[in-house]
Amino acid sequence: MDVQRTLEIRSISGHPGTVPGRGVKRELEVAKYIDVTTCIGCKACEVACVEWNDHPFRETTFDNTYQTMPTTEWNYYNLIKFVEHQRDDGNLMWLMRKDQCMHCEEPGCLYACPADGAIVQYTNGIVDFQQENCIGCQYCVSGCPFDIPKFNPATKKVYKCTLCSDRVGAGLEPACIKSCPTGCLHFGTKDEMKALAEARAEQLRNDPLFPMPNAGVYDPQSIGGTHVIYVLHDATKPELYGGLPANPQIPPSYTFWKYILKPIGLFIAMMGLLAMFFHYIFIGPKVPQPEPPAREEEL
Amino acid sequence: MTNGWIDIKNTDMMLIMGGNPAENHPCGFKWPVEAKKTRNAKMIVVDPRFTRTASVADMFLQIRAGSDIAFLGGLINYAIQNNRIAWDYVKNYTNAPFIVRQDFKLPDDGVFSGFDATTQVYDKASWNYEAGGNVGPKTEATGQAPGASSGAAATGGKSSAATTGEQHKAGESVTQFEQKRGEAKGGQPQPAGASKEKTQGGQGSLGGGHQAAGGPGASGQGGPNPPPTLPPNVAYDLSLQHPRCVFQLLKQHYSRYTPEMVERITGIPKDQFLKAADLFTSIRKDGDMKKAGTIIYAVGWTQHTFGTQIIRTAAMLQLLLGNVGRAGGGVNALRGHSNIQGATDMGGVFDILPGYLKMPNPTDTDLATFLKRTTPTASKPSEWDSYNYWSNTPKFMVSFLKAMFGDAAKKENDFAFHYLPKIDRRYSWVEMWDRMYKGEVKGHIAFGMNGVMIGPNSQKNIEALKKAEWLVVCEVFPDETSEFWRSPGITKDEMANIKTVVYRLPGAGFAEKDGTFVNSARWLQWKYVALPPPGQAKVDQEILARIFLKVRELYKAEGGKFPDPILNASWSYSNPLNPPLAEVAKEINGRALADITDEKTGQVVKAGQQLPGFAWCRDDGTTMCGNWLYSGSWTEAGAQSQRRGTEDPSGLGIYPNWGWSWPANRRVMYNRASCDPSGKPWDASRAQVWWNETQQKWVGNDVPDFKVDSPPRDHMGPFIMNPEGVGRLFAPLAAFAEGPFPEHYEPIESPIANPLHPQQSNNPVVKKFTTDMDKYGTPDQGFNVICTTYRLTEHYHYWTKNNPMIVQLVPEPFVEIPEELAKELGIAGGEKVRVSNPRAQYVAKAMVTKRIKPMTIDGKKTYQIGIPIHWGYRGIAEDEGKTALDPTNLLSPTVMDPNAYTPEYKGFLVKLEKA
Repeated sequence: MDVQRTLEIRSISGHPGTVPGRGVKRELEVAKYIDVTTCIGCKACEVACVEWNDHPFRETTFDNTYQTMPTTEWNYYNLIKFVEHQRDDGNLMWLMRKDQCMHCEEPGCLYACPADGAIVQYTNGIVDFQQENCIGCQYCVSGCPFDIPKFNPATKKVYKCTLCSDRVGAGLEPACIKSCPTGCLHFGTKDEMKALAEARAEQLRNDPLFPMPNAGVYDPQSIGGTHVIYVLHDATKPELYGGLPANPQIPPSYTFWKYILKPIGLFIAMMGLLAMFFHYIFIGPKVPQPEPPAREEEL
Repeated sequence: MTNGWIDIKNTDMMLIMGGNPAENHPCGFKWPVEAKKTRNAKMIVVDPRFTRTASVADMFLQIRAGSDIAFLGGLINYAIQNNRIAWDYVKNYTNAPFIVRQDFKLPDDGVFSGFDATTQVYDKASWNYEAGGNVGPKTEATGQAPGASSGAAATGGKSSAATTGEQHKAGESVTQFEQKRGEAKGGQPQPAGASKEKTQGGQGSLGGGHQAAGGPGASGQGGPNPPPTLPPNVAYDLSLQHPRCVFQLLKQHYSRYTPEMVERITGIPKDQFLKAADLFTSIRKDGDMKKAGTIIYAVGWTQHTFGTQIIRTAAMLQLLLGNVGRAGGGVNALRGHSNIQGATDMGGVFDILPGYLKMPNPTDTDLATFLKRTTPTASKPSEWDSYNYWSNTPKFMVSFLKAMFGDAAKKENDFAFHYLPKIDRRYSWVEMWDRMYKGEVKGHIAFGMNGVMIGPNSQKNIEALKKAEWLVVCEVFPDETSEFWRSPGITKDEMANIKTVVYRLPGAGFAEKDGTFVNSARWLQWKYVALPPPGQAKVDQEILARIFLKVRELYKAEGGKFPDPILNASWSYSNPLNPPLAEVAKEINGRALADITDEKTGQVVKAGQQLPGFAWCRDDGTTMCGNWLYSGSWTEAGAQSQRRGTEDPSGLGIYPNWGWSWPANRRVMYNRASCDPSGKPWDASRAQVWWNETQQKWVGNDVPDFKVDSPPRDHMGPFIMNPEGVGRLFAPLAAFAEGPFPEHYEPIESPIANPLHPQQSNNPVVKKFTTDMDKYGTPDQGFNVICTTYRLTEHYHYWTKNNPMIVQLVPEPFVEIPEELAKELGIAGGEKVRVSNPRAQYVAKAMVTKRIKPMTIDGKKTYQIGIPIHWGYRGIAEDEGKTALDPTNLLSPTVMDPNAYTPEYKGFLVKLEKA
C-alpha cells in the first residue's frame, strides 16, 4: 500500500489563490518561477532565507545602493540585486532580481566537484551540497556560471541555496516563496512554472497600451535549463539584471576535464597498471642485480 | 480607505501618489499587482522619486514635493475639458447642481471670500448654498436641451458662456430625475427627518463626515453669534448651467490649472502630464460607466501645510469620475502603522471622541447645547431625501457617556456631560511641544511614541524636554526621547543642568499583547499573545490601569479641583489592575442596560446583552457603547474580530466572514453609489449591492451602506454621512479651514513664488510658530534644494535599528541625491554630505542615484533630495559608533496643516554640501 510519507498543504488561511506547492510530488521536477516584473525588492525572501537556515548575521556597509551586499554569501543564499537602468527612450527602470542558486539541469558545480557525495542532484532537479563530504577545494565555485557557491573560511566548506530541499521534501514550498508578499515568487512543477511564466511573458508582450516586445522567460538551454526561471521585461538582455549570463556555460576546463581529460587520464593510468601487470607476468619481478665489481683504476 | 486592500484587485486603473505602497505596505501591495496581472489594470505612479512602487508601474511621473494639488487640479480640468465625467453620478450623487451664495468668491487672488488678512482667519458665511429649490430650466415636458435657456437669467446671476460637452448628457439626466421626482410625489414622499428614526441594524457609515458647523479648528473662535448653518431647502440646477452652481464654479476654478500651469508648478512636462491625464480619465471615455479607477495615497499627501486639501482634491476627482463607492474605486488612505486606523477611530486625536464624535468646547454649557452644535440637520433640495446619519449623534454620545461613567451618568446630570474636558485651544502634536518649549507643559508621557525622533524640528522637542519637570517613557528599547539628555552635540555642563526627571517603563511588544489591530481597510482583527512580556515588562493596559488607579487613590485622599470624573469613571473589569482586553472590547461594542425593543421588527435585546449594532444605541441611557462605530464587533455571537472565514461567494474579495469591518461589517463604504440612480449596478460583473424591487429593499454581496428600505425613487443621496446626502465637490462652511475648493499653495519653504498668485504664495491660514527655535529658510539664503523624508521597507520607524537582522539589510543612514547634483558638487556615492537649513545640520552618506532627476520648476532648475527617517542616536549601529547620530527630523519645519494639524515633513528647503 502506497502510504503518503510527506505532509502536503491543502489549504492556507487568508491566502489568496492556489496553495503554493500544491500537487508537488517528489518524483516531479520542481522549479521556482520569479516574476521580475512584479518584484518590489522588499527583501522578505532574504530575511526568510536567513531565518529558515538559521544563519548568523553579517556586518554590512553602505555601498551606494539598496542592495544588501554585493553578492550572495556562504550565510546569505538569497540576494536581491538592484540595478538602475536608464533606457534609451528616456525612461528609467529599477530592476530588482532575486539572485540565488539556479539549480541547473546540468550543474557546473557538480561537474567540477571531485569529492564523492559533496554535491548531489535529486530527481526533482534540486542541486544540494552535502557539507560533510565537502573537501573545501572550491572547484564548484569556479564551475558555477552564476557565481553562487561561497566558501566559509571558518569551516572550510562551501555553501549555497538548497532550494529548501528540507522543506520541499516535507511537501512545503521554499521559505522565500512562502514569504513573498506580492506573489512574484511561485513554486511548483517545472512544467507548471514554465506555463505560468510563458503566460505572464505573453501578457507583457501583448499589453495593449504598454507592450514589452522583448519580455520573455529565462530558462537557459545552454545548461539544459534551470530549476529557477525568471520572467524578464527584456529577455534579450539578461545581463542588465545584475549580471545574469545570456548564455551560461560551465567552464570548458571542467567539461573537458570530466568528459575527455579525466576518462583519458583514467585510461592512461589503467594502461600503465595493465603494462605493469603484464610486465610482471611475462618478465617477472624486478630481481636485485649483483653489484658490478669495482674497477680498481677508477678508485 | 473607503474600500479595502483586497478590493484593489477589482480595479482597472490606479493612481498611486503621495504614497509608496511597495515600500511601506508590501503585503497589501499584492492587490495592485493582482489587478495588473488579472485585469491588466494600469498603474500610474506620481512621486518626487522613482520608488519601489514606480519600479512596477506602467507610467511614472516625477513631481515636485508639495505640488500635488496642482497636478490633481489639472486632472480635474482635463476631465471636464475632455468630457470624461460620470454625468449621472455627478448630478445625482454630488452637490454639483447646488447653487452657491452670490457673495462667494473664488481665489483668483489667492484667497476666497471672507478672508481677514490680519487674523489670518476666514469668515466662512459666504461659503454656503443658496436656498430655493429647483432653479434650473424646466425640461421634463419637452426634453429640450438645457444649455440654451440657462437658469442664470432666472435667478439674476451673471450669465456665463456655458458651452461644454456635457449638455447632451445633462438633458438626459434632468428628464430621468424629473420623472423620478414625479413618482415620489405620486407615491409616499417621506417627511423630512422621518428617516432619522428607527434605523435598522447594520446601517449607516462614517466617511468624510464633516459637519456644517463646529469644526475643531473653529472651536474657540465662535464668538457670540451662532455659527451659520446650511439651508434646509437648497437651490439647485440639474442642467448644471447656472453660473453659481457648484459645477460651474468648480469648472471655472480649475480652468486655471492648465497643462502649462501644471508643468510650471509641478515640474512635470506638459506632454507627460497629458499622457497620464488621458490614461487615468480613460475609464470614463465615451460615457462608459463600467470601469473603475482607484486613488491610493499615504502620508506623502497628509504631511503638507495643505495636506487635507490634497486628499480632498483626490476625492473630488473620484466623485467627478464616479469612482467612489464602487468596487475597484474609492479614495484609499494607506495607514502607516498596524493600528493607526484603530487609534484614530478610538479618538486618539485631541479634537475627537471615539467614533469621530466632536470634542466639547467651552461654549457647550450643557449636553443639549453640545448636541445642538454637533448634530447636523439635513440640507438638500426638498425633493431629495437625505439620511443624514449624523442625526443619530445624541444616541452615540449618550451611549458613550454611559460607557465612560456608568451609573454616575444619569439623565438628571446630563449623563455626566460636564465630566468631559472642554477644549479651549488646540492640543495638537506640534502645539503641545511648542507649549512645552514655552514652559507651559510640565510633563510628558510617551507611550510607544518617540517624540524626539518624530519631530518636526527635533531640536525644539529636545529643548522642550529639557524644560519639562518630568518625562515618562514606556518603550521596548531605550530610545532617543528617554535619552534626550544625551542628544548629539550636548556638553557635559549642559547635561548637568537638565532637571527633568525621566521615568522609563518597560512596555510589551506587539507580539506580547492581545487585542485588535484595525487595518487600513477598517477591519478589526483580533490577535493573540505569542509570548509573555519578558522580565518586568508589562502590557499597556496594566501600566495604564496602575497609573489610573493610583491617580484615583490620590484624588480620593486629597480631593483635588475636580475629582468627580476620575472617581466616577467606570472601571468594572474582572481584574482592575490588568483589565482583560476582551472585556474592554465588549465595552467598546456596547450592551443594553435595560431591555430594549426594535419597534419595527419587535426584536428585543435584553438588559446586559451585547448590542447587535450601533442602530441599537439609545439616547435615554438604556444603552452603553464605547465607540458606536465598533458596535457589532463583539455581539452575543462572540468576537467578530476573531472570525476567520475564508468564503468569498461573490469573488469580489469581500470575505464577509473574515474579521469584522466597521461600520456594520461593510467592506466598501458608500456602496449605494455603485448603482445607477435606479438602483442597478453600474457594472453587473462587479455587483456589490442593488435594489430588489420584490423585497423592496437594498440587498447584495456587501452590506448596503444605505437606508435599506429607501427606494431609488425617493432619491436619497448615497453619502449618508453628509447632511446633503451627496458627495461634496464644494465643501460648505467650516468643513475646511482654507476654502471650499482646494487651491494650490506653496509649501512654507518653497523655491518659487506661487505661479497662480505670487502675492499669496502659501496657505493663507497657516501660521508659523514664533519661538527662537522656529526658523524657516528661503532660497535667497541659499536653501534651494527641496528635501523630502520617508521610510524604507526594511526598517520600521525608530525601533528596528535595534534588530540585527534589519540592521544587516540597511546598516546606515543615507541621503538620496540626483546624479546631476552630485556631479555639480563633486560628490561620489558613499561620501559624506551635509544637509543644512536654519534649523539644523544633518550629516550622512550620499546615495547618488538616477532615480531623482533635476526638474524645471517655473523655469528654474531645481533639485530634490530625500532622506529616510530611521536613524538616531540609540540603536545597534549607533551605539557602536558606526553611524552619524542625527535624527532626520532635525531638519523638518515646525509648521502644520490647519485642518489635521499634521506637520510638513515633505518638501522643505535645505542646502547640500560635501561634508
